[in-house]
Order: sequence, then C-alpha cells, then structure tokens
Amino acid sequence: MRVEITVNGQPHSREIEPRLLLVHFLRDTLSLTGTHIGCDTSSCGACTVLLDGVAVKSCTVLAAQADGCAVTTIEGLAGEDGLSPVQEGFRQCHGLQCGFCTPGMVMAATALLAEQPDPTEQEIRDGLKGNMCRCTGYQMIVESVQWAAANGGAR
Amino acid sequence: MIPAGFSYVRAGSLEEALGELSRHGDAARVLAGGHSLLPAMKLRRAEPGVLVDIGRLRALSYVRAEGGQVAVGALTTHRTLERDPVVAEQVPLLAAAAARIGDPQVRNRGTIGGSLANADPAADLAGAVLALDGVLVARGPAGVREIPGREFFTGPYRTALAPGELLTEIRLPAAPGRSYAFEKFSRRALDWAVVGVAAQARPGGGVAIALLGMGPAPLRATGVEEALAAGVPAAEAVRLATRGSEPPDNAVASASYRAHLAEVLVGRALAAL
Amino acid sequence: MTTIGSAVPRKEDAALLRGRGTFVDDIHRPGLVHMVYVHSTEAHALITGIDAEEARSLPGVLGVWTAQDFAGLPPRPSVPGLDRGYLAGDKVHYVGEPLAVVVAADRYTAADAARAVRVSYEPLPVMATVEDALAPDAVPIFAPLPGNLALEQQVTPDDVTADLEAAPHRLRARLVNQRCAGAPIEPYGVLADWTGAGPTVWATVQAPHRVRAEIAERFGLARHLVRVVAPDVGGAFGVKSSFMPELFLAPELSRRLGRPVKYVETRSQHMVHTYHGRDQIQDVEVGFDDEGRILALDATITVNVGGVPDPVGIGLPTLTSYMLSGCYKIPKIAARFRSVVTNTTPTASYRGAGRPEASFLIERVVDLVARELGRDPADVRRVNLIQPDEMPYQTPFEGIVYDEADYPAALDLLLDELDYAGLRQEQARRLADPRAPLLGVGLSTFVEMGGFGPTPLFEMFGYLGGWESANVRMQPDGSVIVLVGTAPHGQGHQTALAQIVADQLGVAFEDVTVLYGDTAVVQEGTGTMGSRGMPVAGNAVRQAAEEVAAKVKAVAAHMLEADPDDVVPTEGGFQVKGVPEATVTLAEVAERAFKPHLLPEGTELGLEKTAYYEPKNLSYPSGAHGCVVEIDRDTGRVSVLRYVCVDDCGTVINPLTARGQVHGGVAQGIAQALYEKVAFDAGGRPLAASFEDYMVPGPLDLPSYETHHIETRSSFNPLGVKGLGEAGATAAPQAVVNAVVDALAHLGVRDVEMPCTPERVWKVMHDAS
Repeated sequence: MRVEITVNGQPHSREIEPRLLLVHFLRDTLSLTGTHIGCDTSSCGACTVLLDGVAVKSCTVLAAQADGCAVTTIEGLAGEDGLSPVQEGFRQCHGLQCGFCTPGMVMAATALLAEQPDPTEQEIRDGLKGNMCRCTGYQMIVESVQWAAANGGAR
Repeated sequence: MIPAGFSYVRAGSLEEALGELSRHGDAARVLAGGHSLLPAMKLRRAEPGVLVDIGRLRALSYVRAEGGQVAVGALTTHRTLERDPVVAEQVPLLAAAAARIGDPQVRNRGTIGGSLANADPAADLAGAVLALDGVLVARGPAGVREIPGREFFTGPYRTALAPGELLTEIRLPAAPGRSYAFEKFSRRALDWAVVGVAAQARPGGGVAIALLGMGPAPLRATGVEEALAAGVPAAEAVRLATRGSEPPDNAVASASYRAHLAEVLVGRALAAL
Repeated sequence: MTTIGSAVPRKEDAALLRGRGTFVDDIHRPGLVHMVYVHSTEAHALITGIDAEEARSLPGVLGVWTAQDFAGLPPRPSVPGLDRGYLAGDKVHYVGEPLAVVVAADRYTAADAARAVRVSYEPLPVMATVEDALAPDAVPIFAPLPGNLALEQQVTPDDVTADLEAAPHRLRARLVNQRCAGAPIEPYGVLADWTGAGPTVWATVQAPHRVRAEIAERFGLARHLVRVVAPDVGGAFGVKSSFMPELFLAPELSRRLGRPVKYVETRSQHMVHTYHGRDQIQDVEVGFDDEGRILALDATITVNVGGVPDPVGIGLPTLTSYMLSGCYKIPKIAARFRSVVTNTTPTASYRGAGRPEASFLIERVVDLVARELGRDPADVRRVNLIQPDEMPYQTPFEGIVYDEADYPAALDLLLDELDYAGLRQEQARRLADPRAPLLGVGLSTFVEMGGFGPTPLFEMFGYLGGWESANVRMQPDGSVIVLVGTAPHGQGHQTALAQIVADQLGVAFEDVTVLYGDTAVVQEGTGTMGSRGMPVAGNAVRQAAEEVAAKVKAVAAHMLEADPDDVVPTEGGFQVKGVPEATVTLAEVAERAFKPHLLPEGTELGLEKTAYYEPKNLSYPSGAHGCVVEIDRDTGRVSVLRYVCVDDCGTVINPLTARGQVHGGVAQGIAQALYEKVAFDAGGRPLAASFEDYMVPGPLDLPSYETHHIETRSSFNPLGVKGLGEAGATAAPQAVVNAVVDALAHLGVRDVEMPCTPERVWKVMHDAS
C-alpha cells in the first residue's frame, strides 16, 4: 500500500507492506535512525516520536496508521544551530549516558513541557513513566527537564 | 517485534467497517488505537489475516452528556477521558481510571472501545465502567444492541460481542458530585494492576465496587456491596471483598496475595469515598 | 587552571541528543541482509529434527543453517574442557539457546522465516535450579562435563572450623543473590561485512581488540585482516563482554554469502539469549565477639552458570571470594565455591561482576551480627572497620591489598547526612503508631575492586593484558587527538580523558578529541569493564600526554632560545621565565615540531606518544551508602524515602559524570533489591522474558539520590583514581535490604530475599506476626 507521511516537515510517499511499523518506516525506509528500538512490548519508550504533535511509541503504530499525518522525530527537534531547550537541558544536567534511550526521552519530555510548562518533579516523573533509562537512574533526567522548563520549555 | 503479514483495510465509515468484518469473519480484527492488538501481533500472539482500521472514524470519538447519561464514543482516547470537562464533571471515576492507564504515549493512542473490547481482566477502564453501571452499545449485522457492563466481560480477553459486532459507544449514568475512588496496585508504576478497585457512590446511597485482577474478568464485589447496603460497617464488609472472585495464581502475584490486596484496596476505596 | 575536577558537560552529547549517534543498527551497508536465530523453546531436550523447508522457500530467504553447517569453525572462546559451539547441535540446554540461523533480505522476512522453521524435540529431565542439578538423580546437562558441577574450588587454604568454635558467638545464614539481567536499552547487535581478505565487524561490545583477536583466531586470520568497531554502544553493564555466537556467525555468513550480514536481537530474544548475571546462593557462618568483632568467616558460594557455561561466569565467584573481607579486619576467612550447570540461560558479568555479591554477603552478615547482639549496626561496623593508618591493607587473600581510604570517615559522614539518631527516633515513633508506615534504615559500608588488570589477573579471563593504551598526538595547529584502547558505552571517556589531557598539555578542553572503539584506528586496547576507565586508561592517557608535554616544552625552549627549565606556560603558549615579551603560542610550537629544518639536529618529528599503562594492582573504590525505606503495613510495598551515598573513588575527574555513574549504579542496585529477578519455572521456562515481566524500574519507581564524595587519593596510580562505575551497584542492594529488614526487625524478621517485592515483604510480615 502507499502512504504519505510528513516527517520533520518533509513529505514522503512510499509503497509499504501494511505490517510495517512506524519505527521501521522511520529507521529503515527513511534512514532516520535517531529513533531507537529498545523493546518489543511497548514498554521502554525509546521509539517515542510526535505524531501530529502527540507523543506516541512508534513501535506500536503502523506506518499505515500514520498515513497523512505529520511526524516529528529527534532529528527534527533542533533548529539549524544549537539544541532545543530540552536537548540543552539534557546536556547541561548530564541527563544521558549511553544515549540510547535519549531520543525517546527527549521527545517525551518535549511533549510533557508542551502541556505542562512548569511541571513539578512528580509531574515530570509521571510524564516520563513510559520511558526507561538504564544508565542514569532518572534523577538527572528530571533535573534536565527542570532546566529546560526554566530555559524555554518545549520549543 | 514484527507482526505476521496481513491485509489492511481503512474503514471510511462504520458501515464499511461492519461490512469488512462480516466479509472476513474470524480472520479479521478491528484496529482502533492498536495498543492492545499491535503488541499482541508483534509477539505473534495474534495473527489476524485482515486488519480493519477504524481509527479514522472521527464520528466515534466524542463525549456527550445526554439526559442523565454520558455517552462516550468507542474511539475516545484515554487521554481525552483524562481531560474532558464533561467526564470530569459527570463521571469523574472514568477520568481517574483513564489517568492510571500505562503511560502518556499509550494514553494518547489507546481508546476506551479498544480497551473494553480487548477485555483484559485488569483493564482500568473496565473497572470504572462496571462500577458506573455502564452499558455498552454494539453494532453488528443484526443492528444495534445494548449490553450491560456486567454481562459484557465473559472471560479473559473474551466479551459478549458477537462475531461481526463492533463496540461503538459506552453509556454511563451520570454521577455528578458523587464520591468515587480508584485504587490501583501495580508492581511498577507503568504496569497493569495486580489488583484494582473502582468504587462509585450511588444516588440512593450504597456503593458500587468493581474489582480488577481478581478473576478471569473484571467483576463487581457484590459481597461488599450487599453488606454495606445491609448496614454492615465498612471494616467488616471489606472481608467479603473476595466473595465470588477467582484470583489468578501466577508469576505476577499469588492468589492469596491478590485476595489480601482486594480487601486492603476496597477498604482504602471506601475510606476515600 | 585545572580541568580535572570541573563539571564540564560532555563532548559525547551533541550527536546523541540530535539523534545523530551511530549505534550498530543505525549502520547500513549496500546489499545488507538480516540474520535471525531460531531459539530453543525447550529447556532440556534432544533435537530430533529441524525442518527448514518452508522457511527456505519464502521469497527473500537466503538460507537456513544449523550447527552441523558450522562444524568446521573452531569452538567459541572458552577454557579447555568446556568447549562450546555456536548453535545447539544434538540437544538444547535452555530456553532461548540458538539452534539455527536464518538470513533474509529484510528483517521482516527473516522474522517470518525463523518462525517457519519447525523443530522437533525429545524432552529430557529439566534441572532449572542448582538443587535439582546437583540432586543424586540429576543427569549431566553439558556434554563436555561428566556432571553438573562445572567447577568446585577452595579459594583459601584456611580451615576456620576451630576459630568459629572458639568464638564467643556464631551464626549461620543462607543468602540469595538472585539472577539479574543487565538489560541495556540497546540489545546486542552485530554487523559483519567480509569484503576482502577478512571481515569488518561492527558490534555492541566492550572490548573490540579482544573480539578482533577471537575472530581472527576462529577464522585462522592474522589480526591485521580483521577490523572490529564498537560504535556508540547503548549501555552494556558487563553483558556485552561475553562472546556471543553472533560475533562469529555474522562474519562467517557474510563470508559465505558475499554480503554484509546484520544481527540485532529483540528485547524478548535478549532476555533469554544474552547472558545474565549474579545468581549466587551464599552459605555463611561467622564467629564474633561480644562487641560484634568478626573473628572468622566461612563462606560457600554456589553459582548457577546456566546450560552452556561461560568461562567468565564460572570464574566470577573467585572475585566474590576475594572481596569477602569487605571494609573489615577479619582475621580468618575460608571461602570455597561451586559453579553449577542448570537448564537456564548462561550467566556471566553484570555490573560489578562478582563483587556486589561479596559486598552483599558481608554487609548482610554484619547486620545479622548486630541484630544477634542487640547492637546498633553502625557500631558493629565501627569496631570492624579497617582504619586509615592501616592502609594499604593486606586482606586475608594474597594479592588483594586495599589502597588508601578512610572507611570510618565515610561512615561518619553518612550517619551525619542521614541524621541517623533522628531517624532512629522517628522509627520508634512510627513503630508505636499502628497507622504509620514502618521505617527502616540500612547501612552499607562497602569496598570493591576497580582498575582491572593487572595483566596476570586479566590473563585469567583470557585477555592479552590488563594494561590500557593511549596515543596522544598534537596536531600542527596545537589541537590534540587521543586514541585510547577502552570502549566506553555511556561512561563519558571522550570528556574525562580530554580533561586529563587538557591539564597535562595546557590546551583547552575543546581542543581535544578522544577516539576509541575501532581496531583500525586505535593501537592495541583492552576495553571497558571492571571500573578501569580512569584508573587504567586515564593513567595511560596521562602518561602519554605528560611525555608529549615534555617534548612540546623542549620545542618551545628551542624556539625561545632558552633552557627548558626556564620556560613556563602562559595562557595559550609559553614564555621565558621573567621575560614576558619572549613568548610563543602553542600553535607555533606545534607547527614547529613538524619542521625538521627548524629543529635541533636529531629531533624526532611530530608531537606524539603512545603509552601503555600497566596498573601495579587493582584499586579499591569504597564508601558508605545509607537507605531509608518506608513499608506499607497493609501491602508490604517498600518505598525508598532517601538514598544517601558517600563515595571515595579517589580523585574525581568530572563531578558531573561521577554523579551520573553513582546514580546509575545505585539505581541498578535498588532495582536488584526491590524489583528485578530473572525467574524460571520448575520446567525451566523463563518467567521474565520481556520488559513487561522483567521489572526494570521506571522514573516513578526510583528515588532521588544524595551524593557525597570523600577524595582519598590512591597511591597505586599517578592520577590517584580508583574507579566508580560499579560502586553504586555494589553498595546499594544491601543498603536497601538492610533497611527493609531493619523496618521489620521488631517482628523477629532477620532476612528478606531479593527482590523485596510487596508480596514477599507482606508474606514475611504475615508469617512473622
């Protein structure tokens, strides 16, 4: 079947198998490898992207379901220069170690700040509960999101 | 990680969806938000030959207050239930349950109809619908029928929906201003309920209590409900929490621990009312 | 200005944060094909048939291979007598064991084909526990061994029976350190492309040079023909140091097919296929006096090494034994271990690899002793702690000598930060109030091994050496490239090693680039494991940089026509001491080093040095961690209210990344204490084969951490560093368990097995009351 999906502002039209997962469409079809796969049970959130502005786990969305929609991935978050406030927060506060969960974590945090510009620590943890990190123990991720909230938010 | 192959039909209307379902019979599954079905397909626990995607049927996504009832379209997402002002005012228990489902990403995609039709014995929304005395509206080849919540869940992942039938709406008696409680005990914050309790104060006094994770299907704690109605103090009534239940005994939790949790959580729910 | 000690943000982050990292599955090669295993669904069975006809017939499938197809390949790295192949041949030893491999043009077809392979089995008796595997009627699981005892070893010659008998008090305990999974968020992956005389292999590994050597040996190639690249690695925690069959099968299939072959496991496959860690049963007896002074310790460690034993897994209890002393003066220790084969996934390294198990043992024992005597656990620790003036301290184990540290100071700082006395009052108050959740305080004064080698120790694990190598070279513009033999996976070596170099060479942190992980780029290397990054690689880098700095200064002195001793550094260059107008910039010096006609006769061109740093000894990171828990009396749910860390890793290179290492280690330790267990049912079926069932905690399940440092420089190496990557995971499990038991002690509870799940705690409370 044919799908038309706009990714990071770029329209893409592709012939796909109906079973193709959105995450594989991004990674394998479009070579946007910033979105990662960490599990097969929709648990870890490494594959989080924004679908029409809403955070979703792209391993649990068929590319067919995203037909006609707009997707934002980690590659589309920053402008030409610099990092988005959330990305910069992660850098300043050492919110990442191996960096594998990071794209999903950053996308989930961006969606969170878009809804709650000034979240409490509990709200941050709640907003990121669908994202697993094995390196940081989460506290420095929480601090990263707090930094971002104070420095521009979900931009 | 990778589902088996299938053919995909995106329904442009409810009628088209019903037509596809009757055409393909057992081979077809309905895809709504996909957050129960796709995970099962990725692990190849489900290998439908045809997916009928009803995700674009915007007409099935609504919350309406109508004559003492709240009608919720089957495609309403958990996220919408969490935030909808009508839900918050008329059936806040439903919002409380929706807010405890999975994580934000799952709640953004998952739908009430998908969750109920999947009939996981620990599904949060099933508890709320049961405690609210909800009625489920199904459409099928034979027309429209209403199924009381208490008759809808027939077993683990089994419902009263007939082949070819589609869940279209959930009707809940409005309960504005009446107290409610949703208690969920899970291993990690992200997980399904080991045991969950949804409690709703009823208009003429009395409480409706639904239990999750306490049997092959979500069920009402009728023992407690009746005892409370008979004036038994709550502290004693909670001991009847497990009456009629068949708590599973598995790697998640033993039957005896679930039974204990049911008493504790019913007690907490009653205390919170 | 010194860069060491400053919390500079990491160099690694810019790419990773933009989604521009390069993990194995991100790499594409023209003609790429995908490899998938067929995994055993049986725990112990004879394979009576493998029918791959349907799989082979699927469009896009390039082939299906079974064990006999690789009979010509020498066995996987192991030790003599424990040869292991790549795929299960006649029989399967555990659920998840690979028994066939499928290659297809795309990953979807490969998955379909793997499912289409039909395997028939003839079941054998399943022995999923060490008890079952050692029972009189047990049958041998792993063919090279006559029974299921892979190794039984007396670690010390001591017999402490007489000492135990002579002790005023003694007690026995059986402690269980359950099986855990490292569960890096990136699963294992390999991409092999055999293009000419040998393969290039991109893999999620921790020691690329060792992997290169092993691949070369298997294929009869000289090492220069094999290139191994560990690109960005998405967490490893020890589990990416094992020699998984795919490291060899992917290159072999690439060779046969003439195409690049990629293998990336799914999480479900990872949970049953990639090796687990821990899984020890510890039987201990301890003798002590009235004050809790430990007089003798006897320990028998039984480790479950799984169905196809890994030599590292078999040997890890050696490290557990070596660390049984903990921070304490224990005059006599007798230790022995047994490594037992069972019908489960093999076990090997997981963060701490053998040492957390030791720390758990001794810290639980100290608490048991305190409880037995009715003394405060802090006091019992105090009477046993090794004092700072006794450092370096020779433990009862030959060669295990602790470096400088102040264990009592760490404990005192911890108790202060905890407000220990206040907590004890609050605990008593809550105990008296039946509606209040129970409060428990747990202490863990710990020491572990870091800085692995030295070479004789690392040779035992099959490595070329225990040293690390660094090449530091200044470019003609004064910027610096560093090549290092480690292969980090989140530790931040680009950053910390650049800080070391910046200080040595007087260059800006921004002017240093650190490269690693590619055998075609880096000289020799050992890798990243055993908290060896800063103690070994850091010192190699420091040494190379120091020598380059000396040459830079010599060239500067030549340019300034001064004696090197009279040349002093300035901002961005050099000057002659006391002559502010006689200056050269670093860039001028660097360029001059490449101008033979402008240098003194005989000067070697360039500014470059390769150094190999061999540690004289292990280093011994230590500290004191404390945990405050609250227990819901009704449900048994344990909540960590506070977690306080005092760590002594010697010199702290970067406080930001040091904090991250502590946090991450502690998180994994708390996870072991409260959440995680790789469980099997009696039939050997995995009960935790996905992230739905294996309880990796999420952001709401873990607390905030309070971190403090005592910096006691180690005299064992020039930087004075000890390592930090494994300290948290070593310290935390028993801090939490001690707190849980402390909260329940009034009920007579003396132990709660990990993970202290709500149900388990509730049962313990229920049974006790």
